[in-house]
Amino acid sequence: MTQRHIELHQFPGGICPPTQKALSTSRPIAYPPLAKQLILPIQQHTGMPGRVLVKVGEQVKKGQMLVDAQLPMSVAVHASTSGIITAIDEHWVPHPSGMKDMCIFLEPDGLDESVEYQGYENYLETNPTKLLECIRASGISGLGGAGFPTDIKLKASKIETLIINGAECEPYISADDMLMRERSEDILQGILILLKLTKADVCLVGIEDDKPQAIFAMKQALEKDKDDDTHRVNIVEVPTRYPSGGEKQLIKILTGKEVPSGKLPASIGVLCQNVGTAYAVHQAVALGRPLVSRITTLAGGALSTPMNLEVPLGTPIGHLLEYTGLHQEQLEQLIIGGPLMGFPVKTTSIPITKISNCILATKQGELSTPEQARPCIRCGYCTDVCPAQLLPQQLYWFSTAQEWQKAESHNLFDCIECGACAYVCPSEIPLVQYYRFAKGEIRQDRAATEKSDRARERFEFRNQRIEREKVARAARRQARANTDTKVLSEKPHAKPMDKQPLRSAGAIGDVESESIQSLLVDEAALEAINKKIRMMEDRVGKARERYEMALSDGLDTASALKRALDKQETKLTTLLSERERMMSHSDPAEGKET
Amino acid sequence: MKSSPYSRDGMKTPTVMRWVLAALLPGYLTQIYFFGWGYGVSMLLLLLTAVLVEAGVLAIRKRPVLETLKDSSALVTAALLAIALPPFLPWWMYVMAGSVAVLFGKQLYGGLGFNPFNPAMIAYALLLVSYPVAMSTSWALPLGLAEPADILTASRIIFLGDPLVQLDALSGATPLDTYKSLAGVELSDGIWQKPIFGEHVALGWEWVAMAFGVGGGLLLLKRIITWHIPVCVILGLSVMAMLFGWDPDRSVPIHLHWLGGSLIVGAFFIATDPVSAPTTTLGKCWFGIGIGVLVYVIRAWGNYPDAVAFAVLLMNFTAPLLDQITQPKTFGHQKPNRTLIKVQVK
Ligand code: SF4
Ligand code: SF4
Repeated sequence: MTQRHIELHQFPGGICPPTQKALSTSRPIAYPPLAKQLILPIQQHTGMPGRVLVKVGEQVKKGQMLVDAQLPMSVAVHASTSGIITAIDEHWVPHPSGMKDMCIFLEPDGLDESVEYQGYENYLETNPTKLLECIRASGISGLGGAGFPTDIKLKASKIETLIINGAECEPYISADDMLMRERSEDILQGILILLKLTKADVCLVGIEDDKPQAIFAMKQALEKDKDDDTHRVNIVEVPTRYPSGGEKQLIKILTGKEVPSGKLPASIGVLCQNVGTAYAVHQAVALGRPLVSRITTLAGGALSTPMNLEVPLGTPIGHLLEYTGLHQEQLEQLIIGGPLMGFPVKTTSIPITKISNCILATKQGELSTPEQARPCIRCGYCTDVCPAQLLPQQLYWFSTAQEWQKAESHNLFDCIECGACAYVCPSEIPLVQYYRFAKGEIRQDRAATEKSDRARERFEFRNQRIEREKVARAARRQARANTDTKVLSEKPHAKPMDKQPLRSAGAIGDVESESIQSLLVDEAALEAINKKIRMMEDRVGKARERYEMALSDGLDTASALKRALDKQETKLTTLLSERERMMSHSDPAEGKET
Repeated sequence: MKSSPYSRDGMKTPTVMRWVLAALLPGYLTQIYFFGWGYGVSMLLLLLTAVLVEAGVLAIRKRPVLETLKDSSALVTAALLAIALPPFLPWWMYVMAGSVAVLFGKQLYGGLGFNPFNPAMIAYALLLVSYPVAMSTSWALPLGLAEPADILTASRIIFLGDPLVQLDALSGATPLDTYKSLAGVELSDGIWQKPIFGEHVALGWEWVAMAFGVGGGLLLLKRIITWHIPVCVILGLSVMAMLFGWDPDRSVPIHLHWLGGSLIVGAFFIATDPVSAPTTTLGKCWFGIGIGVLVYVIRAWGNYPDAVAFAVLLMNFTAPLLDQITQPKTFGHQKPNRTLIKVQVK
């Protein structure tokens, strides 16, 4: 098999921190013993949580679905082992904000008895819809970090290039590296499935060149496989440079294309999946195994045996630290993720989830952690390394001065929070912290203006309605007065025998009672529709907020949220036009006024 | 709790400043070698003043004194001043320069990082405007024309203005000044015969300039500065010199511009002061070109002996604007955002 030559491109900026991966890659992937308790967050992905299917006290088997994926953006969760559900309660989850969320507590019975797995033997010939269903039912969301529901991502149309992200650029983390070394054939099968589902012309597997063994293993797997599709798969060595594993950066390296700001890779015909996800897809489709475990790197100088573990999801971090021999007295920092983008561990009972690729336990002095921040000397080193080509020191300046508009106009929201700027800052300023803060403030501001806008609209609408009612009432009064005067003025001329005026008065009365009747009916209907509209407005607002948040964070959810938003908006417009029609129907004169 | 990244690398600010000081050494030592210990005494005076004034101001502003002093930025400012000022000024002028630089050049704006102008050049310009005569005649004559002053002689001149010392025999105007005043009067060949120009370009001065060039190279090598500003300064001046000063009989020739004054030290050490320069790459280029052009303009048509200070200060004015209009194209954007401050209408 000949490898196609792929021309590499360079992304701007970037840094080359020491990779620190050798220690954790010196041992094969190991299987820790089961923890005494597993804690499975109901939501481990980007999107919405699904519905819990089990009750406290229920006996479950490994692979049994605990949370379903009926809602559009939800992902299923399965039992990682057999045992009893002991509680469904809030617990700390791995999240940068250190928040709590609903979790299912599972006490293993030690038998690790699983449900019967049923995969597709001829998966490459199977109907794509079925495969997608299978992926959805297996609870797969991106294992690289963003945790986007995989089946939804795979539904994007017009994909030309499938990119498999095996760059793993952040120091210490070696989970994907080890996975590729040990299970390259399964990964390749997963890639072929993804290739089939996306109908991409070509697949590029980007691996940083500091992982020669992984590259070798993947190439060998490719050699062995004689499938028709394998010639479309290319293993590409990319230079080791952080953050080459960032989705946008890897796409730039491999295709030379820049994902437009605020858009998804699919907009330029590219789809990116992590190697871990490809592996999980193969497990699900070929073997019928849902996602119940993942490879996590346990690294750092405070561990006596740093290594990669295949961890049942829901295993508390503390259990793994114990297994790998944590020296508590040497510990300096406990971090979920890598040293550049990770976040601190709140408590060691935090569980491993689908996106936990690394637990880092550093000993004193291992990382030269930034100390006291000094004034910015505008040296511009941060500008040189920023992969998003921003002006970090300007953003810092605007953030401290709370000049949000300027920060936004300097594209604050294109910052991927990679930390490269802070890594090189000679004044040790925690720049990323400022950007996160600024982003949060701006989002809150936006939400607040949106809310007040909506409130204002509602208020104005209410005023209009009251005004309209007043006018209507006045008109009725006027009408009545007119007929009265008419009747009166006509009286002298009227002959006693002439019933005409009477009839006419009666007629007017009839008309009026009729219009009151219809007005009342309309009023009720209008009120109902207004209520609906208000609800819809709220929903649209919320949907937009979520969408914008996802967009500014560069989350993959954005496209799905956008679709949801569009749907809500069409509903709202239908309601609005209905109301319009009703109002013009009930009162044409007023319709003109408004 | 601290947020990511948990790791950092590269020099810290105090180290950066110390490297700048170290990079000044070759040029500075050459200066002492050719022009005597006037530079030694002035350096001492300036360093002392700068540190004392900085400490005083910090104490008054209730800022951590020692911590801040450690950033060594006051030392860099003082050292640049000592190198740029003539070596035989009366002592109080050095004290004044040092105080002005730290106080008005930096601390009054809020300290390091907040000063819009190069502090050393503020002080230099102030002296130049206030004491033009002293500033243009207190230059030392180079080795070969006079015996460089030893510490004692230099101290006497600086502290006592000692009439016993034959100041005239030691000091004079700069080569640039000399050439300029003779151009048009004499022919180029005749001017070059003057001893102050030595065998090559400018006796002593040429070596000092080149030694500063070496120091600048060190800064480039250590990636403390990028090439953009120094190269563009020299480029800007050269283009102007070629356009307007091609006739050596009437104006100062280009190589004397390069080596006869403070252009090199200015290009590598003064114009590159990051705080008061633009931060975008393109901005740095324009900034450098602007300085180069202005240096030529002031040297050729102005009345001041050297022009680096004014050129740098003038361009400092434009730095925020340059930053604004030279923003790079953000990743994933079609084109760079170069509008002047966009005001969103709410
Ligand atoms: S690296 Fe740090 S000191 Fe330098 S310009 Fe950026 S924020 Fe300022
Ligand atoms: S954290 Fe943001 S500003 Fe800093 S280097 Fe990364 S993308 Fe640029």
